[in-house]
Amino acid sequence: MRMREQSRVFGTLPWSDSLAATVLILVFMVVSGSQRANALPAFARKYGLRCSACHESWPMLNYFGQKFKDNGYQLMNDRDAPIWQNPSYWPVTFRITPIWHRVSTGKVPVDEGSGITRVTSSGFDLSGLDFHTGGTLEKNFSFYVLPSSDPTGTFHFESVFGRLDNLWGSPWLNVKFGKFELDNLLSEKRILTLTGNGGIYQTYHFIPVGDGNIFGQIGDNQLGVEYMGHSANDRTRISAALISSSDGNVNLSTGANSYTAFFTGSQAFDAGKLGVQRIGFYAMVGEAATFYLTSGNVPLGGTGISNKGFSREGFVGQFYFGPHFDVTVVTQHGEDNAWFGQGYGNAIQSDGNGGTTATCSSPTPGCPLNNLPGTALPIGSRSPTWNGYTVEAHYVYSPQLIFISRFEAERMSQQADGPLYTATGPSGYTGPAPSNLGNITTYTVGYRYNPFMTSRAGFAWHNEYNWLHQDGTGPMVGATGLNVNTSELLLGFDFDF
Amino acid sequence: MNDLKRVHFFSAILTFVLAGFTLAQAQDAPDVGPHPPAPLKNMESHIGNITGHSKDAKGDYRRYCAGCHGDLGDGQGENTPWLDPKPRNFTLATFKCRSTLTGTLPTDEDLYNTIARGLTNSNMPIWNTFTKEQRANLVAYIKTFSPRWEKEKPGEPIKIPAEPPVTIESISHGKALFTKLECWKCHGPEGKGDGPSASTLTDSQDNPIRPYNFAAGGDDSRFKCGSTNADVYKIFITGLDGTPMPSFADVIQPNDAWDLVHFLRVLQVKRHSKENDVLKAAGGRIPPYVEKQAETPANQLENRAAGGGN
Repeated sequence: MRMREQSRVFGTLPWSDSLAATVLILVFMVVSGSQRANALPAFARKYGLRCSACHESWPMLNYFGQKFKDNGYQLMNDRDAPIWQNPSYWPVTFRITPIWHRVSTGKVPVDEGSGITRVTSSGFDLSGLDFHTGGTLEKNFSFYVLPSSDPTGTFHFESVFGRLDNLWGSPWLNVKFGKFELDNLLSEKRILTLTGNGGIYQTYHFIPVGDGNIFGQIGDNQLGVEYMGHSANDRTRISAALISSSDGNVNLSTGANSYTAFFTGSQAFDAGKLGVQRIGFYAMVGEAATFYLTSGNVPLGGTGISNKGFSREGFVGQFYFGPHFDVTVVTQHGEDNAWFGQGYGNAIQSDGNGGTTATCSSPTPGCPLNNLPGTALPIGSRSPTWNGYTVEAHYVYSPQLIFISRFEAERMSQQADGPLYTATGPSGYTGPAPSNLGNITTYTVGYRYNPFMTSRAGFAWHNEYNWLHQDGTGPMVGATGLNVNTSELLLGFDFDF
Repeated sequence: MNDLKRVHFFSAILTFVLAGFTLAQAQDAPDVGPHPPAPLKNMESHIGNITGHSKDAKGDYRRYCAGCHGDLGDGQGENTPWLDPKPRNFTLATFKCRSTLTGTLPTDEDLYNTIARGLTNSNMPIWNTFTKEQRANLVAYIKTFSPRWEKEKPGEPIKIPAEPPVTIESISHGKALFTKLECWKCHGPEGKGDGPSASTLTDSQDNPIRPYNFAAGGDDSRFKCGSTNADVYKIFITGLDGTPMPSFADVIQPNDAWDLVHFLRVLQVKRHSKENDVLKAAGGRIPPYVEKQAETPANQLENRAAGGGN
């Protein structure tokens, strides 16, 4: 079945794609021959360090870069306060990626033909645009502001926070306030891959089919306050964050009056020639509303009550095998309350970009359910639970060239629609849902090559392929949903300035 | 036909991979300036029971160090024009922070400690994220830049005698030495780095250089080559090679050097220290130093007559 699928994918590849690829190679060779950009990325310009000092391959941090970040974007070398900066210093970096990509999605319902087909398209495209600005306002007062746009130029605030660093002179006392990335050791905001499905960690975003809980996505930036502490050499790190259960959405539009806590801890140790190894854990425990007051069937912001619980927890390991090869592993066990499993929870339609477009409430088709007083769960409803893991490996050929591979698997261990379930659930199934419904298997391979390496700008030639398989989420044929395979090939110039 | 297209598809991917790989190899070279000459030879460093190998540090040097110190180790990385003070020129094998006498090469451990400690009042960060092996390898790599490491052996580490107790007399004597040795000419009468010669100072490569300002900084203040009293003592005796800070090894006795250390600590007015506690207990004033008379047969008799003894 899979082979037939893939044959269809390749069968649709036009000659023009190969021609475009060849042209891109030539362009790449010409461009890579021209050296040295003159731009000044923010931190590298401030401190006079090459990008490679902090990044294994930008934007992914290495151990030194992680320590720099944990110190509040400071080297702790008496040159951290802005007074030491050249008055012409401009702490802004922008990043955008012109790309060519080929996306192929299987089992797409259409009006024509048999009603289900694979859609494959390719062409030149753009990523969104990020304006990063951050640094120190004064010694031990740091900030970060990141307005970010989607490819059409619609902006939102991806990150906005202030941070008090090294309170009372202790690296164990740092407080961050605003919208920020959770303290994930494997940072999704510094991910090395760019495709639609490979550009996020599925483990950080997995939601069971039909589940209305959008609030447990640890990959999304969140609104709240974070305590973080670390040893002087960053071998030991701990953090605890209290966040609104809003998945980072502003205006108290959802999840009002409900909060989530996120904890991490990790310990690194020297392993001789192998390098510095790190192991740690994370845990997210929270609750979110399932009932909103409505007006004209539209939920009123800030009225969410009937909070229900959810949790995510797992282990993280970063293992180095000498200077060239490393592997990072993240595991997750997730559980949502049965109400979320039946589609209650999210009353807000996301614009897919961290912002919101409109509120939405049942009985409007496609909208989440509202837990009105007196509502009862269908018989056989259970708390959906699942397990997942991410394994990401890097081969660092040189500071200029990195090869990336990643494998992720998300497996349901208990569906919300249990064996006794007789209703038609939000998953689309009548009666019990198949045990594998929503399972995800995906891999990504790619490489990034930096034709130059200075402290003035970053430029990467990026090439990546992602394949994703999900069980049972395609159109229903009879009583069974079809499995969906999606693939994407991406080439591009990823640069920041 | 489908098979043929599949071949083309994979060929395109493979071509990109090979293009990247080939160009990376071609570009795996200095980013600024000419190709570095082949290293003198594979150097080693010995830190405790760890042996560092220069060949294992090439990647780390390029990733972390070359931007300032240059691919050639000559202190001419692409960031050098914007840095003050200028990065160390490893080809001269002249180092500020040593446990060895002036003019000699530092020990491997001196360089190892400098990497982990960083250099305050400069852009040299604290590289304590490296493993011990990484640091030892980098020490070995630094030694490939100068032929001195092949011809000379590092100097013998100086011996640091036990620190005598801090007293108001030792602080007072230190103050007198501060004046007598003309430390104030560079560091200023109050140790603020604003002495009459301060603005004229240059290092051995004619780059302007500022004397240390003792009065700046609080409890976390550090010196270029360490933060303990023993580190300050070491600086007097070894000097900071390549800078106007001379060695006083031939000028002052060990106890005099300790007295000077005690006085310099009270110049760090914002720092909590035993020296500042002693000064506070003495009323916050340093009494004038009265030089002790040398013991002669005549005054020994005088002392005994007055009831003095040993």
